[in-house]
Amino acid sequence: MNEHTPHEHTPKGWRRWLLSTNHKDIGSMYLIFSIIGGIAGLIFSIVIRMQLAHPGGTVLGGNHQLYNVFITSHALIMIFFAVMPGLIGGFGNWFVPLLIGAPDMAFPRLNNISFWLMIPALIMAGLSTVVGMGAGTGWTMYPPLSSLTGHPDMAVDFLLFSLHLAGVSSILGSLNFITTIINMRAPGMDFFKMPLFVWTILVTSALLLITLPVLAGGITMLITDRNFGTTFFDPSGGGDPVLFQHLFWFFGHPEVYVIILPAFGIISQIISTFSKKPVFGYVSMVYAILSIGVIGCGVWAHHMFTVGLSPSATVYFSAATMVIAVPTGIKVFSWLATMWGGSIRFDTPMLFATGFILLFTLGGLTGVVLSNGGMNIVLHDTYYVVGHFHYVLSMGAVFGLFGGFYYWISKICGRQYPEIWGRIHFWMLFIGVNMIFIPMHFVGYNGMPRRIPDYPQAFAPMNYIASIGAYLTAFSTLIFLGVALYTVFRGKKAQSNPWGVGATTLEWTLPSPPPYHTFETPPHIGGDLHEHK
Amino acid sequence: MSSEKKHPFQIIDPSPWPLVISMGALLLTLGAVLAMHNKDFITLFIGALMVLGGCGGWWRDMIIESKDTSIYTKEVKNGLKIGMLIFIGTEIMFFVSFFWVYFNASLFPPEVIGSVWPPKGLKTIDPFDLPYLNTLLLLLSGTTVTWAHHSIIEGNKKDFTLALGLTILLGLSFTCFQAFEYYHAPFLFKGGIYPSTFYMATGFHGAHVFLGTIFLIVCYFRSKTQGHYTQESHTSFELAAWYWHFVDAVWLFLFISIYYGSWR
Repeated sequence: MNEHTPHEHTPKGWRRWLLSTNHKDIGSMYLIFSIIGGIAGLIFSIVIRMQLAHPGGTVLGGNHQLYNVFITSHALIMIFFAVMPGLIGGFGNWFVPLLIGAPDMAFPRLNNISFWLMIPALIMAGLSTVVGMGAGTGWTMYPPLSSLTGHPDMAVDFLLFSLHLAGVSSILGSLNFITTIINMRAPGMDFFKMPLFVWTILVTSALLLITLPVLAGGITMLITDRNFGTTFFDPSGGGDPVLFQHLFWFFGHPEVYVIILPAFGIISQIISTFSKKPVFGYVSMVYAILSIGVIGCGVWAHHMFTVGLSPSATVYFSAATMVIAVPTGIKVFSWLATMWGGSIRFDTPMLFATGFILLFTLGGLTGVVLSNGGMNIVLHDTYYVVGHFHYVLSMGAVFGLFGGFYYWISKICGRQYPEIWGRIHFWMLFIGVNMIFIPMHFVGYNGMPRRIPDYPQAFAPMNYIASIGAYLTAFSTLIFLGVALYTVFRGKKAQSNPWGVGATTLEWTLPSPPPYHTFETPPHIGGDLHEHK
Repeated sequence: MSSEKKHPFQIIDPSPWPLVISMGALLLTLGAVLAMHNKDFITLFIGALMVLGGCGGWWRDMIIESKDTSIYTKEVKNGLKIGMLIFIGTEIMFFVSFFWVYFNASLFPPEVIGSVWPPKGLKTIDPFDLPYLNTLLLLLSGTTVTWAHHSIIEGNKKDFTLALGLTILLGLSFTCFQAFEYYHAPFLFKGGIYPSTFYMATGFHGAHVFLGTIFLIVCYFRSKTQGHYTQESHTSFELAAWYWHFVDAVWLFLFISIYYGSWR
């Protein structure tokens, strides 16, 4: 066995993929899974926008339960089966070991099961949309809508078990990431030399490990309420439906940081690379990431201002939420300061990164508006909220995904994307998403409620613009799929570092694509990684 | 994998177990829904078998690998320990959700149950009956598992096996007493908020005790096998001991809050 070269260790055929224990292969499978999930989530959202294009829309045949099923599936698929597998599973798996100079992840088999559990989770989520009346609970699954009263058939149970499976997958994956980062850094790779993407994956994993088990407990109790006659959330037996909201949002709010933090990390590295400058204020960026994680665990009830919180709780949750704007602001100003005086190149990844800064900041500012308990009671459950969180997620996290894709695709598959089509994709997406979500703020501010498939005539023009924007976004996604397929199969061969002196992290020292096993001899990290020579 | 490896970490060849367990998990969850709605238990049963089989195969592979000191280096063991600590952390958060429900209901008892805790008219279990015995059993098992740990550190394999066996017996008797208590409890799972939280929290704790006992039983049989567990190398026993202390600690919280705290 000793005389085998590393190349001969590469398993062949179906075993390589189905039984994989290689972080790169598992990362690639996650990325493909994420694209498939993203397409599924996009289709749901396009149908939603078709229904809402005109008042009295009849696309779903007047079936309002079906509309809510689409809303639920859109949210859950985008969060659990598109953004998380892409940012954490895909880029995390591919690049955390490369960025810290580790030969693989700490627990390769565990890595594989976290991917393969996503397939049953997606199948169960799919079943929840087609079985019986479907799960029209929204991703928040509040009882009694999600209890037997609201959804008597199997659909919601499928949804709850789907979340259990996705949750186990995320917990095992996070455990793996944290162990890898703590235990497997190359000699000299101190914590404060780790690239920011690694830091964000570390904090994201910690958030998942702290909050997902609480959600798991909550949905387990919902399952027993539905099927075994317990009364955890049923007031007739002494239970408390608001308690479910607490358990859900104790997970649900950190979840939004789980989604956005890895995007922060990718954006930081892209901006540093394309400004040919180290990240401005690296240490304060790290502490900003950490404090977003810590504070993010203590603000969950700002999603529940209308349930009848006590005034003191409202004040606390408003104030704590506003405090998060401080570390987030540190990050935004650090990105701007990184660009300041830099020799900036606006390739596609940098377009996505700058687009991210602009749009994420707008979404963050409407977040400050919504964090105010008094304002929130007025704006609660309106399209203003929908506009707000799509600015931070659909333009924040997803721009991070696309930015990461264009930044790293040459490293992943050894071929470079066609620059001009990348830019066309960016501009169409940028215009499209703004057309969708800017009008939502206006109709929401005027009181248009979420999760209702119809609206008064007065909101018609704005909704029409939003729907046109959605079609444009869908078209830009077709372009993206074309770009992705073209890159993987026909793209120009890429050198090991296509971005020049700005790209200083370890992955660019490897050939593109990297060999099956990398850093079998640990690299030595000397000096300050963030100094550009 | 080979002697030319220049880093201390474990690179694993492709393994079938993750896929087997994942597909088993699909059948398990699908089967659970079918069982709850249609009383159809076949899918659930096949899924459970696949998950258990996959776990068994995985565990077997790890035991085989652990005998090869070129694979199980100090760094790999360190990784396993970090992983176990994180896993125990998530388990703690899992129990947090049930304690959250319990305190939500017991500190602010709703009108339906008479605005008192325990609910009006409900007979709760005397904590100084079987629960107290169970507390002592678990605390004692905590000391015997520590005895086993110190024995192996001093290379006393005989005491190690004895103390480990005692721990398993104590764990099993805990489970038996718990089953007895459930069987004779004056309320049912579906009997309102107190029974719901009681059975949920103690039930999940019982399941964790059972899991920890299995972990210790595997350690016991390995300690009886030549070549397993030496003075220097007994990581999996250490992990089992940590897990055992964790279920012990959870029990103390259960005993104080759910048994003693609901006793009138």
